Amino acid sequence: MSMSEFFYMNGYAFYVWGSYGLALLVFLVEIAMVRNRRKQALRQLRLMNDDGEAA
Amino acid sequence: MTPRQKRLTWILVGVALVAAAVGLVLFALKNNVSLYFTPTQVFNKEAPQARNFRIGGMVEEGSVQRQKDGLTVHFKITDTANAMEVEYKGILPDLFKEGKGVVAQGKLNEHNVFVAEEVLAKHDENYMPPEAMDAIKKAEEAKAASGNATPANK
Amino acid sequence: MAINWFKYSAPSTFYGLAGKLTPWFAWPAAVLFAVGLYIGFFVAPTDAVQSEAYRIIFIHVPASILSMFLYLIMAGYAALGLIFKTRLSSMMASALAPTGALFAFISLWTGALWGKPMWGAWWVWDARLTSELILLFLYLGFIALQASIEDPRRADKASALLAIVGSVNVPIIYYSVQWWNTLHQGSTIKMTGTSMHVAMQQSMFTVLVACWLYAIAVGLSRVRSIILEREANTQWVKELPEVKQ
Repeated sequence: MSMSEFFYMNGYAFYVWGSYGLALLVFLVEIAMVRNRRKQALRQLRLMNDDGEAA
Repeated sequence: MTPRQKRLTWILVGVALVAAAVGLVLFALKNNVSLYFTPTQVFNKEAPQARNFRIGGMVEEGSVQRQKDGLTVHFKITDTANAMEVEYKGILPDLFKEGKGVVAQGKLNEHNVFVAEEVLAKHDENYMPPEAMDAIKKAEEAKAASGNATPANK
Repeated sequence: MAINWFKYSAPSTFYGLAGKLTPWFAWPAAVLFAVGLYIGFFVAPTDAVQSEAYRIIFIHVPASILSMFLYLIMAGYAALGLIFKTRLSSMMASALAPTGALFAFISLWTGALWGKPMWGAWWVWDARLTSELILLFLYLGFIALQASIEDPRRADKASALLAIVGSVNVPIIYYSVQWWNTLHQGSTIKMTGTSMHVAMQQSMFTVLVACWLYAIAVGLSRVRSIILEREANTQWVKELPEVKQ
């Protein structure tokens, strides 16, 4: 099986790669969202701590 | 009963009631929830008469006839008990094949021919390489041949 | 030897435990995705009927299974939170909802891309497809309800009721192909076994395990953020090294 044959998927390339491409994108976006949420939560907590010390 | 047990009981009763309600609704809507009617249901006049509806079954072996215009196709949809004549003008899906599943949407005309606007192929849940499919076909043919040889032996 | 499980139902203990566990699920998930897809694309043979298009099944079926199971787990946690008033259970329910919604979305998307070339339609309103779409809406409703109520305790209560009532939909999705005439084919995985070539099965089950591990890893990381958000005023959170620095 050649490289181009593999990517051609016997004419179903759009459907097969469209499925796996979207799934990969969803996973990457979700991982980024989870990381961002942690960053935001920690930033918020540090702000609160700083305020507490200043008061 | 403790408050905790009370909450649990309410939730269980609630879920049971909702499940029963949903079950009854779906049972009452059985024909509306089903995507298509079988040819037998159409013969028994269970399908709508003047409206569009879907009919599903197998494409009868040897029934597919393409017209000269290259677009119009005639075939029969069968559920093995009854068969329905279908006429369709348009492009058929890749998996449309004699002996395979099909669902067509359209209306009955005055000659009791189902004039389809859309034809969809229905495939089954079996996945196997071509060699395995050939082997199964050969085994079936062999079985059919030996069955024909001794027809009275039942 | 008895382990005190209730110890781990305290958000302060679970926060650390979840942090330690996450990489043990995340990395095996990545490896199993790679192995499963390698088998799916390079070992599994082409299908006799559907040619190469059937390879969508290796992500479609695991995503669909996860979307259904995660809903039941989410509803279970929500119910525990409602009955026992355990804070962590409600937080777990909120942590699983986005992941379940995304799996339902992947299931619908890959299903559409599979339906178009094989059936001839992106979408039909048959019982299987419609009930899976309702599942996605239930997830979105759960998330929206949580976001719209300011007080987390009331938000947990309201969304728990939605989650519990909505779980009626899951058996409907599963049995829809048996109860009604649908365009969608029957289940490939049944109690009695599967109707699939061995290498295809291996790929599908490997990706399925990978999806489980991924969902657990993402759920654990997300619940850690939720714990931080909701316990922001407690002393133990203020004393965490990652907060103090």
